[in-house]
Amino acid sequence: MNLDNFETVVVETDLLILGGGMAACGAAFEAAHWAKKHGLRVCLVDKASMERSGAVAMGLSAINLYLGVSKGNNTVDEYVNYVKNDLMGIARKDLVANIARHVDSSVHLFEKWGLPIWKDDEGNYVNEGRWQIMIHGESYKNIVSEAAKNALKELGENGSYYERIFIIEPVMIGDRCVGAMGFSVRENKFYVFKAKAVLDSMGGAVHVFRPRSVGEGLGRSWYPPFNSGASTYFTLKAGAEMTCQEVRFVPVRFKDSYGPVGAWFLLFKSKATNAKGEDYMETRAAELEKWAPYGASKPTPANLRNYLMLLELEAGNGPIYMRTDEAIQKLVAEIPDEKEARRKMKELESEAWEDFLDMTVSQALNWASHNIMPEESPSEISACEPYFISSHSGASGAWVSGPVDLAPGEHHWGYDNMTTTKGLFAAGDASGASSHKFSSGSFTEGRIAGKAAIAFCMDHPDAIKISDEQIAAMKEKALMPLKIFEEHSGYTNDVDVNPNYIKPKMFMFRLQKIMDEYAGGASVGFKTSDALLTKGLEYLQFMKEDAEKLAAGDLNELMRCWENVHRMWQAESHIRTVLFREETRWPGYYFRTDYPEMKEDWEAFANCRWDPETGEWEMIKRELL
Amino acid sequence: MFVWITNQEIMPSFVITEKCDGCKAQDRTACQYICPNDLMVLDTTSNKAYNRAVDMCWECYSCVKICPTQAIEIRGYADFMPLGGVVQPLRSTDSIMWAVRFRNKMVKRFKFPIRTTPEGSIEPDAGFSTGTDDLKSTVLRTEPDSL
Repeated sequence: MNLDNFETVVVETDLLILGGGMAACGAAFEAAHWAKKHGLRVCLVDKASMERSGAVAMGLSAINLYLGVSKGNNTVDEYVNYVKNDLMGIARKDLVANIARHVDSSVHLFEKWGLPIWKDDEGNYVNEGRWQIMIHGESYKNIVSEAAKNALKELGENGSYYERIFIIEPVMIGDRCVGAMGFSVRENKFYVFKAKAVLDSMGGAVHVFRPRSVGEGLGRSWYPPFNSGASTYFTLKAGAEMTCQEVRFVPVRFKDSYGPVGAWFLLFKSKATNAKGEDYMETRAAELEKWAPYGASKPTPANLRNYLMLLELEAGNGPIYMRTDEAIQKLVAEIPDEKEARRKMKELESEAWEDFLDMTVSQALNWASHNIMPEESPSEISACEPYFISSHSGASGAWVSGPVDLAPGEHHWGYDNMTTTKGLFAAGDASGASSHKFSSGSFTEGRIAGKAAIAFCMDHPDAIKISDEQIAAMKEKALMPLKIFEEHSGYTNDVDVNPNYIKPKMFMFRLQKIMDEYAGGASVGFKTSDALLTKGLEYLQFMKEDAEKLAAGDLNELMRCWENVHRMWQAESHIRTVLFREETRWPGYYFRTDYPEMKEDWEAFANCRWDPETGEWEMIKRELL
Repeated sequence: MFVWITNQEIMPSFVITEKCDGCKAQDRTACQYICPNDLMVLDTTSNKAYNRAVDMCWECYSCVKICPTQAIEIRGYADFMPLGGVVQPLRSTDSIMWAVRFRNKMVKRFKFPIRTTPEGSIEPDAGFSTGTDDLKSTVLRTEPDSL
């Protein structure tokens, strides 16, 4: 590859939206409206194709956040309490409430745009659980991305979106974020986007920890493998304060293919049991008292449900089963009329399969491959590997400003969802301590951030100037793995084995091994300690040095190189924060064997910041306000 | 009409050589356009598409659904799925049909709606109006109407 032929493209905009998933689409939809009123430009950059990018690429079978406030179904406060309890007290009430008070509007828009939502005989949405509604969501992302693209089109030449551009890192002038740099994964083009405000919404991080399947099944992560830590890296490198980097998420899902369990637990009222058929939520109920007050709250926090299951496995009581057969049979048995019961059975069967086919097709394939009919036999469930995702029951992300009317004193600094770095906003998996936003809440948070970012652009109208020297230096850094490969690959008989460089795939495997064995991955039962974490951090420093020697043979590998640099920084902020919080608060996510209990003085946020000036990490404990 | 496609044991998402025409009528292949992980590549010598990193495949079926010649299928991850199961979709503009074939040859078929409006027809405001022009207010686009 001739590096001299790499064109440099500079794009100027006012608001730059990074990512193409639910949060980014929400931001584009909202920002376009306000930008049009004020003659501003909005530009969105996606590493994939918006039609099927982000975590909703495959579709979804439910919208997990809908309050129904106008129908009197729930209140914002009730939702905030639910989220806070699920996260063992660690949540920003102002951020969660801000999303919750707007989310119904987003869902009503989805329906008008064409998303089929299940309705009962009276025309009301069908609830899966209290906050969840059922959808025919195979094309959820296609629909939402079409709305976002059409919103950008309304801006005429002031609206644009770029696909297949991989964003590496922020462009900074002093302490202000003024854009982003990246490259096309399809043609030899280096991109610099200049902007007055930047919104980071590039998703969570997968493949930081070693997955349970390491053959072909490596790709069958629960959250998508293409969400590779870009958001966290971006805000960290911009010097923004991060929060809850220790609060990983370990989902319990159908084993191996990671099909969803929500419909089974909530809609079909299924139970999970050990191999003997015992419901461990009942037999181990006493354990929950140790985690009071959260252990006593209903529903039981996700991490504690995980924990009781892990205790069963430790006791040798596995496999763990979702009793799908019993659940279906019980629902059918409630219907006395034989013909009606048969019709119900058919309906339940169809609903069960759709739940997988809408969002995790591989689980349907898994059932077919194992000759499993859910109405006849149970299926194994298991705890997945850890993920970084603040839109679900994890919380890691940037520390952002809350809204003026809800945020207590120091939680508000001018613009909703702005990070502590001037001009840089975060939404979706990129913003922390506002868990359980899911698809609809991520879209909604994108809207909130998009509007606020337009207000920032209005207040900071001066044109952004980036010097040619700065652009040249960024380009050299971005393309370095290509240059290293070109210089050294001829030295050995195998381009993947060379003492002068490391390829991104082996780099990723090394990271996953460190995280799994030292930072409490799946293979060690999610247990770790000061000594293990300190050792892991030591090995990570070698990795950081070797990252300078990543090599890429083509544009695809160049993307993989940078994805794994992103993952490595997500890993480091995680280890440092798990070390900092000297207690165990989410025993089903990770367990500190040296501090096995929850402590009152850690009823607080554990934040961190990497200082771009000094390269030092600062750990910050912040009160729950 | 759903035509059954025979299973071939190659990789998570695999291309049936005979059926792939490299999307010759278009400027790029459909699978290359859609793959969220940038895995599908067109081999310019054979003019056939292929998945370049099967262990990075999420089995999201985006390529399977979009392929104009139905040349792409999924063979379940070999590290935990026994051979013989097939799940194959046929997606139209308003619904999707699925054929599920079990290892024991049993077949189940399902059809689900996917969209209630014509493709390309979305008007962002969806008929809702926005109650304020104030950029600093907490009111979002289409609110309070859409709430």
